[in-house]
Amino acid sequence: MEWETVIGLEIHTQLATQSKIFSGAATAYGAEPNTQACAVDLGLPGVLPVLNQEAVRMAVIFGMAIEAHIAPYSVFARKNYFYPDLPKGYQISQMDLPIVGKGHLDIDVDGVSKRIGVTRAHLEEDAGKSLHENFHGLSGIDLNRAGTPLLEIVSEPDMRSAKEAVAYMRKLHELVRYLGICDGNMQEGSFRCDANVSVRPKGQVAFGTRAEIKNINSFKFVEKAINHEIERQIELIESGGKVVQETRLYDSVKDETRSMRSKEEANDYRYFPDPDLLPVIISDEFKAHIKAELPELPDAKKQRFKDSFKLDDESAGILTSSRQLADYFEAVLAASGSEPRLCANWITGELSAALNKAGLEITDSPIDAQRLAGLLVRISDNTISGKIGKQVFEALWQSTASADDIIAEQGLKQITDTGAIEAIIDKIIADNLGQVEQYRSGKDKVFGFFVGQVMKEMQGKANPAEVNKMLKEKLQG
Amino acid sequence: MHSKSITELAHSLRAGEVTSVELTQAFLNRIKQHQDLNAFITVTEEQALQQAQAADVRLANGTAELLTGIPIAQKDIFCTLGVKTSCGSKMLDNFIAPYNATVVEKLNNAGAVSLGKLNMDEFAMGSSNETSYYGAVKNPWDKTKVPGGSSGGSAAAVAARLAVCATGTDTGGSIRQPAALCGITGLKPTYGRVSRYGMIAYASSLDQGGPMTHSAEDAAIMLQAMAGFDAKDSTSVDVPVPDYSAGLNAPLTGLTIGLPKEFFGEGLDPAIAATLELAIAEYRKLGATVKDISMPNLKLAIPAYYVIAPAECSANLSRFDGVRYGYRCANPVDLTDLYTRSRGEGFGKEVKRRILMGTYALSAGYYDAYYIKAQKVRRLITQDFKNALAEVDVIMGPVTPSTAFGIGEKMANPIEMYLSDIYTIAINLAGVPALSIPVGYAADMPVGLQIIGNYFAEAQLLNIAHQYQQLTAHHQHTPHGFA
Repeated sequence: MEWETVIGLEIHTQLATQSKIFSGAATAYGAEPNTQACAVDLGLPGVLPVLNQEAVRMAVIFGMAIEAHIAPYSVFARKNYFYPDLPKGYQISQMDLPIVGKGHLDIDVDGVSKRIGVTRAHLEEDAGKSLHENFHGLSGIDLNRAGTPLLEIVSEPDMRSAKEAVAYMRKLHELVRYLGICDGNMQEGSFRCDANVSVRPKGQVAFGTRAEIKNINSFKFVEKAINHEIERQIELIESGGKVVQETRLYDSVKDETRSMRSKEEANDYRYFPDPDLLPVIISDEFKAHIKAELPELPDAKKQRFKDSFKLDDESAGILTSSRQLADYFEAVLAASGSEPRLCANWITGELSAALNKAGLEITDSPIDAQRLAGLLVRISDNTISGKIGKQVFEALWQSTASADDIIAEQGLKQITDTGAIEAIIDKIIADNLGQVEQYRSGKDKVFGFFVGQVMKEMQGKANPAEVNKMLKEKLQG
Repeated sequence: MHSKSITELAHSLRAGEVTSVELTQAFLNRIKQHQDLNAFITVTEEQALQQAQAADVRLANGTAELLTGIPIAQKDIFCTLGVKTSCGSKMLDNFIAPYNATVVEKLNNAGAVSLGKLNMDEFAMGSSNETSYYGAVKNPWDKTKVPGGSSGGSAAAVAARLAVCATGTDTGGSIRQPAALCGITGLKPTYGRVSRYGMIAYASSLDQGGPMTHSAEDAAIMLQAMAGFDAKDSTSVDVPVPDYSAGLNAPLTGLTIGLPKEFFGEGLDPAIAATLELAIAEYRKLGATVKDISMPNLKLAIPAYYVIAPAECSANLSRFDGVRYGYRCANPVDLTDLYTRSRGEGFGKEVKRRILMGTYALSAGYYDAYYIKAQKVRRLITQDFKNALAEVDVIMGPVTPSTAFGIGEKMANPIEMYLSDIYTIAINLAGVPALSIPVGYAADMPVGLQIIGNYFAEAQLLNIAHQYQQLTAHHQHTPHGFA
């Protein structure tokens, strides 16, 4: 039988606010346990939550970026369950009236565009962490993370393969960083994913029973976990079994999912509106204000790069994959006045390779846009060749000097003096009469040999176009 | 000295007739002398004397406010820095609060001297002060009777002159009912008027702190210090705080008083009804007109309250889990054992009953039938008050269906206990302010009159109460043996 997979994702993005969603404590990652937890985060008797307006602003920015309905009236609710790292015995979340309603995100898989529906996005607080090592049979609780603002983004079950799921997740990851509302750091848990996966016979309308895979924290694992789960479900059904609705945990070491709890064991969270917090009212003025501040979004930027700069789809895609990279490109373009494709090629080629090798982000690039532009100016005006350009690039990477200083210092200026080139060409022809013979008898390939010899002799500084032209004339005799 | 009002004491302190230290010591002595009332859970003698010394300095250097140097006491529901804050529960018997509630902070800043922490029903759940882990409080008017609750310690302490005035909290009548049963003045302000920050939550949408005093005049002074917007409490309301004392002497001519027929029907002790009639007659003399009104949804208040309050409390009390602070059972074998025994052993019977009721009401399949329905009823009741207060200036009625009952009398029958708040609960559901003033006696026990006003009309309520207290002396009576 042919099977179809149905996938929906719930993505928890940690909002990049300075302080927590309901208290003034800092949200910075990696501090000593319990040093960033105030009375409110500890759930002391008598304390009350106060909503961080910055978290609201970020949620609205997100909603606008996915063209979603922004609820004029949304409500925080208490989700009740007991866990040692949940200080109040309930999590403040949103249930019936989330701040962001229906929206959508377009993904691209193998050149085909597909629209994925976003059901909703709601604000909530994160829990703390239980630590099980080094406590001699006891557990430690670290409440630094408790109260960190999260935006939980729930998709429609619109994805049909693990590949699509990953594309959606990447697109969302790109978007939240673009918007500056999440640092996207997956190792630190700033961007986490739960996947709802089910299979159904191709052509069947009704959904199959789904399993939820919890806490998958990398793009690679999402794909593996989903594919593994699809396989498990198909095998199970084909061998006469039945998928049960349950929560499963992905084990990246063993590359398998295993049951965490079944639907029957699931908590009744007893949601009800939190009486400590007022409803969140979003006015049209506020929305208009946010809209005006909204940065150019990745899709629009990519299209503009293609239209205005005549970049191909791939280059435009890479350059707009992060706001910082796109900004870098535009800065180089503006500073150098060079041909956009030249700028794009150097950034997606040499620079990206060097950054990857060094494990650096564009924002940490040792060569800033001004210095790279200085190099491209000299390539454009034929002061140096592209090949010499790579040598200059190396030097730029190692030092803080400008391209012009490096070219002058290392004497890399391209030679366009035809007399100097002619002398060298004459010498090479005289030294290689055998090859001249071959060329003249129709072996065109030998031409490359002569170009190489001339360039070698001139340490690559000769203008290649001039060399070609003169060589051709001389060789023809 | 101990029978004087705040204003009189403020005069004496300024005239040098007495120092705050002397006054404080006198009250500390009275507390010791009347320990059998069980009004205090914690007496902070050392801290009180230090505060009194500081107050004397302020009195001397001219920076004193009206409350500076006045010995008061805090209901043990308010967090007090460095002092045990038990909320009347074994669960918090070992809890030393690491911060001050906003109300405590404000009263401290005003220079009030805190004598200690007052007994109360466990987590403010009770109408007789009998659910306290620290034992029942006795009514100073008759020590075999309850003082009411949950602010029973506050009412008994003020009535017995163990403190000049006290803080209380009112979720369904917990200021007004004990004030009535102990013959003092108690004001529940508009929801949002007084900050709830640091006030241990019972039912967050209903809880409100307020003053418990001898007179309306004292209540105005105390409320002045307690009220105001607090950025730490999202439900506190940012409206200006008026001068509560300024209008106390305004004449009542032209005032329209509404008497809901639902307040005077079956279930009300005829002796109380008769006493209230006399009080209302006084208001007629003061120039008020009286109008019979109807508030048809009042009868739904108790069932709605006993869904909403327990639902909220079931979540509010989840933080008491034995993990971070408070009671923890001995030798837990695992997490479930830690939770179940800590909570099972740490909470009393009434608290557990309400947690269970609330958990049930919020459970899947019951939520719509109970919680949502109760919220609808709450809106109907609120509308009743809005309609009535569009027609009349204030509403008057009884505070309690009977005077103070015997200790132990109603503990076996929770429904009967719940009914003792039948006239006060609806006010919390609507969020309007109301106060209770002593207006006489039925079989030698105090009777309270309830005056209910519109949102943020505390000044008007105090004015109306004060005018009555200018004509009568019930609020100055001291129970036998406490003069």
